[in-house]
Amino acid sequence: MKIKFMAIKETQNNTTSSRITRFLGSCLVLGVPALILFAFVFSPKDDTMEDAVRLLYIHVPVAIFSYIAFGITAIGSIFYLWKRSRWWDTTAHASAEIGVMFCALTLITGSIWGRPTWNTWWEWGDVRLVTTLVMFLMFIGYLALRQVPASPEVRAKRAAIVGIIGTINIPIVNRSVEWWENSTLHQQSSLTDGNLEDLTLFTWFLGTLIIGIAYLWLLIHRFRVGWLATEYEAQGYGVAIEERQAEARAHNTETSGHLEEGEVE
Amino acid sequence: MEFRDAWSIARKDLRIELRSRVLTNQIAPFTLLIVVLFGFALDADTQTLRDTGPGLFWVAVLLIALLAIQRAVQIEDADAARERTLLTPVSPSSVFLGKSIALFIQLVALEVLLFFVMLALFNLSVGNPLLICLSALVATIGVATSGTLYGVITAGVGVRETLLPILLLPVLAPIAIGATRAFGDAFDRVDADGWAWLGLLAVFAVVYTVLGMFAYGQLVEDT
Amino acid sequence: MSHLGYLIAGWAIGIGVPTLYAIYILSRGRKLADKVPPERQRWISSTEEQSRITDGQG
Repeated sequence: MKIKFMAIKETQNNTTSSRITRFLGSCLVLGVPALILFAFVFSPKDDTMEDAVRLLYIHVPVAIFSYIAFGITAIGSIFYLWKRSRWWDTTAHASAEIGVMFCALTLITGSIWGRPTWNTWWEWGDVRLVTTLVMFLMFIGYLALRQVPASPEVRAKRAAIVGIIGTINIPIVNRSVEWWENSTLHQQSSLTDGNLEDLTLFTWFLGTLIIGIAYLWLLIHRFRVGWLATEYEAQGYGVAIEERQAEARAHNTETSGHLEEGEVE
Repeated sequence: MEFRDAWSIARKDLRIELRSRVLTNQIAPFTLLIVVLFGFALDADTQTLRDTGPGLFWVAVLLIALLAIQRAVQIEDADAARERTLLTPVSPSSVFLGKSIALFIQLVALEVLLFFVMLALFNLSVGNPLLICLSALVATIGVATSGTLYGVITAGVGVRETLLPILLLPVLAPIAIGATRAFGDAFDRVDADGWAWLGLLAVFAVVYTVLGMFAYGQLVEDT
Repeated sequence: MSHLGYLIAGWAIGIGVPTLYAIYILSRGRKLADKVPPERQRWISSTEEQSRITDGQG
């Protein structure tokens, strides 16, 4: 199940970059200006929303990928509890952090878009708004739990359970909010009704692609940072061992090799 | 897993509560304080208080629940009581049920107090007593089970007091909405189908009871 | 162009925040990579997984 490019460090230059992240990064360097160009210049303005529609080319992709990111966190949590592998735990954590950022952006850009379009910054009656806000708060709690000092296994297990419960809770929250006000200002998907112009459609897909690449790029880097952080933490716990090792190395290389195997993980 | 085991765990927690009197001497007065604060904040205007009564009731319940949950975790901090419970032949699911039952009984007692105080001070009139009772009981099952689960997640953590609210309150959002609507209907304040909301509260209660029974053992092992 | 202020604000936040986050992640990665010895910088957990991946079956 492990994805190869995330599993192997290909470089020795003391960064979290590798060939794949450099490739994704280059795509972003070219893609983001292209997206801005398409969103602001090439794509036509909407009949009803006028130019405010241009905000949606970032709002919707970011919203989609915040949901995907939390989904990955849930999958990572389930796999952690099943396989007890640090790989999945680190993936879940990395994805949750990016998901929270994307979720915040979704709320902010949505709010900015809502002001000229719906004439309000916030609408309590809207199902998606309130569900997204509750989800955002839930995963803020998840990240807070991960910051608490504890042994890696305990922390991972607790976080995994919170991650899974949080995801199970999303449909319940959604249902309750829907019954609560039973309304949404969000329009039904405009993609399916076939009324979109080609350039608008293309800009949607470009935005989704770019944000998807950004998510992947961030996920890989954040995963590696998380992995290194755990290694560093383990190093901290094993400082005494390291010192003994250094002493031993000075005298006898065989002994040090032996000690390394028993190093604290 | 037997109900009898769960009940003896619940009795243990309740007995500790009866002897320490934290519930009656600290949490119950806090309940009254919240009601008074709402009165101050909403400017003694009984019409506003009547309209917002159902919501205020459940906000108060969630705040009280946070205290009660902290207390339920705290009584097992000393002498590694949580770990020692595992040494008994009682299964973790029974321990979870027992602790939830104890929390449930305490919360219901506080809710009864809160209810009559609010009824008197806010001048509320009850339209549908059966709906009030049922929705309060079912919602409290949800609060008690999810509270017990999150209580043990934050157990043994140095920053428990601050961590528990941000973890638990978003999860309780469906309760806050559902129970408020059901109460609103029962008080004839809003035009909502209280019985449908009772169904949602029941789903929440069942989901968290099942989740808690599965997860509790896992969580307790390593605190 | 209508709503220009809203558009600029939204896009500036939408691109600026992830950029700042990316810079933060990169610098954190650089700092940590300096502290962790290279032989511990493989993104895998057990020696079994290591050999599996170096064998090209990962």
